[in-house]
Amino acid sequence: MADKIKIAQYWGAGCGGCDVALLDIDAKILDVHAIAEVVFWPIGFDGKLSEIEAMPDKSITVSFYNGAIRNSENEHVAKVLREKSAVMIAFGSCACFGGTPGLANVTNKKEVFQTVYKDTASTDNPDFVTPQTQLKVPEGELDLPEFYDSVKTLDEVVDVDYFMPGCPPTVNLIALAVDAVAKHVTEGADLPPKGAVIASDKTLCDECDRERVETGRRIEKIYQSYEIKADPKKCLLDQGIICIGPATRAGCGSMCPKANMPCRGCMGPTKAVMDHGGSMLSALSSLLNITDSESKLSEEQIMELMMQVKDPLGTFYAFTLPKSLLKRTVTEKRKRKG
Amino acid sequence: MSSATPNAGGEHKLEQEDFEPRILVFCCNWCSYAGADLAGVSRLQMPPHFRVIRVMCSARVDPEFVLRAFQKGADGVLVAGCHPADCHYIGGNYRTRRRIALLRILLQQFGFDPGRLKLEWISAGEGERFQKTIVEFTDVVNELGPSPVRGGD
Repeated sequence: MADKIKIAQYWGAGCGGCDVALLDIDAKILDVHAIAEVVFWPIGFDGKLSEIEAMPDKSITVSFYNGAIRNSENEHVAKVLREKSAVMIAFGSCACFGGTPGLANVTNKKEVFQTVYKDTASTDNPDFVTPQTQLKVPEGELDLPEFYDSVKTLDEVVDVDYFMPGCPPTVNLIALAVDAVAKHVTEGADLPPKGAVIASDKTLCDECDRERVETGRRIEKIYQSYEIKADPKKCLLDQGIICIGPATRAGCGSMCPKANMPCRGCMGPTKAVMDHGGSMLSALSSLLNITDSESKLSEEQIMELMMQVKDPLGTFYAFTLPKSLLKRTVTEKRKRKG
Repeated sequence: MSSATPNAGGEHKLEQEDFEPRILVFCCNWCSYAGADLAGVSRLQMPPHFRVIRVMCSARVDPEFVLRAFQKGADGVLVAGCHPADCHYIGGNYRTRRRIALLRILLQQFGFDPGRLKLEWISAGEGERFQKTIVEFTDVVNELGPSPVRGGD
C-alpha cells in the first residue's frame, strides 16, 4: 500500500451529490483503487481532520473539494487540504462557481437566520435562538463554525489547480480526470496546465444535436418549460424555452436537452466569458422577435416584452452567482424621490 | 453590508458633500459620439463627471461591459445610440434596447436602483440633447449618491 497515491474528498456547502458522483464511475473505481488510497472522505467513512492536519505538507496527491464556502469550517478545511495536497481540484459547480447554495448571495446571514430559525412555519423558536460561534457550558467551551454573509467559491479562499464543473461532474469527465492522474502517476505523463477546466472549451450548443434555425432565428414568445410540450428534435431556445446552452460550457454530453429539458447552466461559462448571466442575457435579448413596426414600439412595450423573462437573476445565474462580476446583491442607501 | 461583502473594496466611506459621481457613457460611433462631439464644439456646458467610451454600435455594448462598470464602482452608466430606424447597422439599436431593458430588471434584482442605467437615443445633430441627457442623468445619479458597491456601509 505504501506506493499508492493518497486522495481526499471533502464536502463544503454542497448536497452530497458530488460525493456520490465519484462512485458513479462504475468499474473505473477499480482503477482508482489500484493506484490510490483514500485518506479523508467524511461522507464515506470516519476520519478525523486532526489526522490530516498532522500529515506532512503536499503528502496528499489529489484533493477533490466539492461544495461552496459557506462558513468558517468550509474555509478552514479547504486551507488544510490545500496545504496538504499536491493537486487541489474544485469538484462540481458549487466549488467552481458557488452553485445552487451561491444563490443565497441575494440575501445575507441576518435574513437567512431570520427565515431558518424564526419565520418558517415549522419553527418553534420564541426566543429566536440562533447558532453562536462560541458557548460556555459547565463542561467547557463549545464552538460552531461562523456562518458567512456571502457564499464564496473555492478559488476565492485557496489556490485551485483544476476545475471540474457540473452538477455533479459527469462520469465521462471524472473518468478523464482519473485517467490523467493515473497516467501521471503510473507513466509519468504530464498533468494538464494549471487552472485547466476539465471539460470542453466550446459551448453546449456545439455538442447539442437538436436542429436549430441557422439564419434569421427569432423567438416570438418566451415559455416556461411547463407551459408547452417541447418538440424533442428542435432547439429549445427556438421554441421559446430559455435554455442557457449558448452561454454554457460543453462537456456534459448535453444530457438535459437530450431529456427534453433546457440547460440550466451548471457547467458555467466558457473561458471567453467573465459573467455567465450577462452572456446569456445578451444571447437571449438578441433572439427576441424584431418586426417591421419595431421603430414604433415604445420603451414601455419593450419593457413589457422583456418582463416575459421571469427572475433573470435566478435564471441566468442559477449556478454562478458568486462567480459573477457582481458576486452578490447590494443595498442602495437612498431611495430616489418620486 | 458586512466586511464579508466582496464588493465593498478598500475605499473609504464617501460623504455626501464630496461626492463626485463617476458616470460611464457608451456612445455609438455613427450618431451619439458625433452628437457628443457637437455638444463639445458648441461649448455647451455640462457637469464633468462622465467619461465617454466610443463603440461602433450601441449593440456592441455587451451586458458584461455594464456589469463590469458597476463592479468597478461606476455610479451610473449611460448607453447612447442612434434613434430607432436610424441605426447605421439597421437593427443594432433594437437589440440594445432589449438588452438594456432586461439589464435594468437584472440590476434591480442585484439591489441597484435601475435609474443608474440609462439608455438614450442621440443623433449626430443633437448636441443639445446630449447636453440635456448628461445634465439630467448626473442629477439622477447625484440624488442616488455613491454606488452601493463603492459606498461601503
